[in-house]
Amino acid sequence: MPELGLSPDEWTAIRLSLRIAGLATLVSLPLAILVAHWLARTRFRGKVLVDGLVHLPLVLPPVVTGYVLLVLFGRRGPVGAWLEQTFGLVLSFRWTGAALACAVMGFPLMVRAIRLAIESIDPRLEQAAGTLGASPAWVFATVTLPLALPGIIAGAVLCFAKALGEFGATITFVSNIPGETQTIPAAIYTYTQIPGGDAGAFRLSIVAVIIALGALVASEVLARRSGTRAQPE
Amino acid sequence: MIRFDCQLDRRDFRFRVAFEAETGITALFGPSGSGKSTAIRLLAGLEAAKEGRITLGDRVLLDTAKRVFIPPHRRRIGLVFQDAQLLPHLDIRANLTYGRFFTPRDERRIAFDPVVEVLGIGHLLSRQPDTLSGGERQRVAIGRALLASPHLLLMDEPLASLDAARKTEILPFIERLRDEFRVPIVYVSHAVEEVARLAARVIRLDNGAVTAAGSPAEVLAPVALASFADRFDAVSVLSAPIRRYLPEYGVTLLDHPAGEIVVPGLVPTGQGEVRVAIRATGVTLAVGRPAQVSVRTVLSGRITAIDRNESPFAMATLVLPGGQTLKAYATRLAFDALGLDIGDEVQALIKAATIDERSLAILPPA
Repeated sequence: MPELGLSPDEWTAIRLSLRIAGLATLVSLPLAILVAHWLARTRFRGKVLVDGLVHLPLVLPPVVTGYVLLVLFGRRGPVGAWLEQTFGLVLSFRWTGAALACAVMGFPLMVRAIRLAIESIDPRLEQAAGTLGASPAWVFATVTLPLALPGIIAGAVLCFAKALGEFGATITFVSNIPGETQTIPAAIYTYTQIPGGDAGAFRLSIVAVIIALGALVASEVLARRSGTRAQPE
Repeated sequence: MIRFDCQLDRRDFRFRVAFEAETGITALFGPSGSGKSTAIRLLAGLEAAKEGRITLGDRVLLDTAKRVFIPPHRRRIGLVFQDAQLLPHLDIRANLTYGRFFTPRDERRIAFDPVVEVLGIGHLLSRQPDTLSGGERQRVAIGRALLASPHLLLMDEPLASLDAARKTEILPFIERLRDEFRVPIVYVSHAVEEVARLAARVIRLDNGAVTAAGSPAEVLAPVALASFADRFDAVSVLSAPIRRYLPEYGVTLLDHPAGEIVVPGLVPTGQGEVRVAIRATGVTLAVGRPAQVSVRTVLSGRITAIDRNESPFAMATLVLPGGQTLKAYATRLAFDALGLDIGDEVQALIKAATIDERSLAILPPA
């Protein structure tokens, strides 16, 4: 019996889940910050549309999102074919594809948290920095970003937790291949489909709870540590 | 030299303002909603004019006809907000040096130590903004703007959020930075005492337009009967040299040709005259020298105008010996009971308790 009563296959699923969720969070974070800043601080025609597009994966059936990804990023899809020809990058049925699906599903949660954080910053603080000679890029780096840090951390953790639990879009886009795309939820689903799989499903469910709880506690601690110095006057 | 001429339209608000400002302090004065803050934000580049042109010295900051718009961070114009707006994630030292970091090395003409010394904030440098009092925060905000070595300093109601004691505490700092760092200042306020004390020149704004411009004495004296609610803002500005101090009573006597003026506090001695704002509601008129009254300041003058309408009050304009004018409010009832008319010689009694010591300005020698 391997360590902690988990089988090697289960450990593989856990490691894979963490890797996929980590990559999904890291890659989408810069983009989410930019989009959140754009939505929070500028007024433009069609903002409602952009806002809706960002939030679409939140309300769409995950299977639909996964299917859209499959159509676009599959090896014969317009984006997927281009990626393969130009960079030799294949996403469908790979763990990187699972990361893409998780990133798309977690993106609205991340943008929402960061956007709220940026909107709660008094714009006059940024204006004050501007009159002191800071260009918009410097204002963003030295005022907006540090003050929004608790929200950015919260958004990243939300995205990470969502990525860990993502099932529908992932299984539609990259299927359920042990060792490549079989994440914790997919492994649990597989267990529930075979006779006598209850114990395995139960073990992995406990692992999922522990990881999710750990992520939430970590984000709370981080946000509090940065929050003590970032409370508005 | 600042030349400002801008127009913009918002819902329910037309802004058509043009003025010029020299060195020293120029005050933009007027009720809320008159466009003072809009003018400041246009100067700083935080708001866009529909049409307009702003020049500072020989630099064109805005010229809508030539599509010139210098963004705020390249204007080199400091702005002090009503509520400090210190960066909450930085300590006081980092707040103070923030703008300095963006100032080209050869343009850093204002040094750190003198600013900290003048503003009296040396003991605060390692503190966080949220541990400071309102008055301390405002001083740091002034220092921060100054340390970017701006070509112009804008102050948008810098004292409005402070209580009376803190206001009195900060006014001398503003005077010192005007005199010691020689930065031209545009000062926005609706507090007549602050304007009377600080400004060399006052621009009066009403409903998005300039209604008067000139010295504080010219602009602050009401030309007509102010509306019922505004009567407390009606002031006359008198100036006179110091005659003597009465330290045991804590008052200063000014030597005005119309009579001695008693002002509260021991006004620091300057070589020049002292300028004092006298509220028109704090002036009592008397026919003949009144006998035993508590008021010590009795100025003789002649009524040159009486402004009255259906409101309970009428306003008399008095010309004092020496040519300065004094405005006095009294009820229409009193004017009629005393039979006051244009040309009458009267005594004006000024209660020292109605003089705000914040309005006392020491003028440089002529």
